[in-house]
Amino acid sequence: MQQTRSVEIGTGLFVLLGMSALFFLTTQTTGGEKFSAVETYEVEAHFENIGSLKSRAPVAMSGITIGRVTSVSFDPLTLDAKVMLVIDSQYDQIPDDSDASILTSGLLGSQYIGLQAGGSETYLEDGSEIYFTQSAIVLENLIGKFLVNAGSGGD
Amino acid sequence: MRALIRDTYDTVHEFVRTFGAFQLFFLRLLRHSPRIVMRRPGLVVTQIYNSGALSLVIIMVCGFFVGGVLGLQGYSNLARFNAEDSVGAVVALALLKELGPVITALLFAGRAGTALSSEIGLMKATDQLSAMEMMAVNPVRRILVPRFLGGVVAMPFLVAIFTCIGLFGAHIVSVDLLGVDVGAFWQQMQASVDINDVREGVIKSFVFGVVVSLLAVWEGYNAIPTAEGVGRATTRTVVISAIAVLILDFMITAVML
Repeated sequence: MQQTRSVEIGTGLFVLLGMSALFFLTTQTTGGEKFSAVETYEVEAHFENIGSLKSRAPVAMSGITIGRVTSVSFDPLTLDAKVMLVIDSQYDQIPDDSDASILTSGLLGSQYIGLQAGGSETYLEDGSEIYFTQSAIVLENLIGKFLVNAGSGGD
Repeated sequence: MRALIRDTYDTVHEFVRTFGAFQLFFLRLLRHSPRIVMRRPGLVVTQIYNSGALSLVIIMVCGFFVGGVLGLQGYSNLARFNAEDSVGAVVALALLKELGPVITALLFAGRAGTALSSEIGLMKATDQLSAMEMMAVNPVRRILVPRFLGGVVAMPFLVAIFTCIGLFGAHIVSVDLLGVDVGAFWQQMQASVDINDVREGVIKSFVFGVVVSLLAVWEGYNAIPTAEGVGRATTRTVVISAIAVLILDFMITAVML
């Protein structure tokens, strides 16, 4: 009897330890899942070039994550990239002339969308579109421009 | 020439037959599993204790040093590119996705798998299994199924503990000894580890748990009932488990990428 009890206690401790280890791994080592709002609204934005922006990338304003990219697709009508974002309903007073740009976190980090507040009195709401957008900086284009400038400057 | 063809044919035939028998054996264990879990959970609990809780020491010690050496190697190699802050990300991804499940499975085969096969093999050699059959007790249900299930339940927990202790070891080596910034260590880790990486590790640990426990039980049950046969079965458990784990690891990674 005594022996079964100690086996049961040992097993219970082992399983508890394992579960807390799993819990630790899922909550403490992972990141990027910070945004988990229940109520959101969806906004559309068109970019000339999205670089390597992926769906689930964060949407940040002043560095705070307020939303997430839900889909990235090519729009055959406007011939540019259509990006759908969801924004936490808590932030429902973002001016509709705000500016969206694709930024990179860190030198080689992943890309995200940064919103810069505009001055309009009307706010973004479900289904509205952000008109002012700025494409991602593509390294090759940048180098190309630099080379052209350097070439013309040398003359 | 004819003898050669005949031998090859026999070998292939025997291999295919064993493989098929192994699959049927797996199905048989699965078929008996729900009843054992419902009616005799105590048997499974005892086996979780034997395979899991008693393996904790080796898992924790090895996990600590594997994490520590990853921290050390990661630091000294990343420092060449001035990227030593990424050591947290490197260690966490390596442990979660590969080293945690694989090394734990190999240690588990060595610690718990061998214990299972030699125990079952010895039961067979001393006619305990036949005695059970004589008493109308199904040895597959009474002996094999609880041991198999115990291993399957214990493995994912062992892997999670191994990985946590490994992170702890890496933290001690790189942050406390080598002076990586503690904020950078965790921030870089959290920025690059996705919940899918954790899921991949859990899936691997579950698959490895099934394979290693199944092989251990199978080898013990099919051991030649002599002292030599039991010894050989124990060795085969480790060898085949190691091969199976490494091949499956490659296949799962290829599928999940």
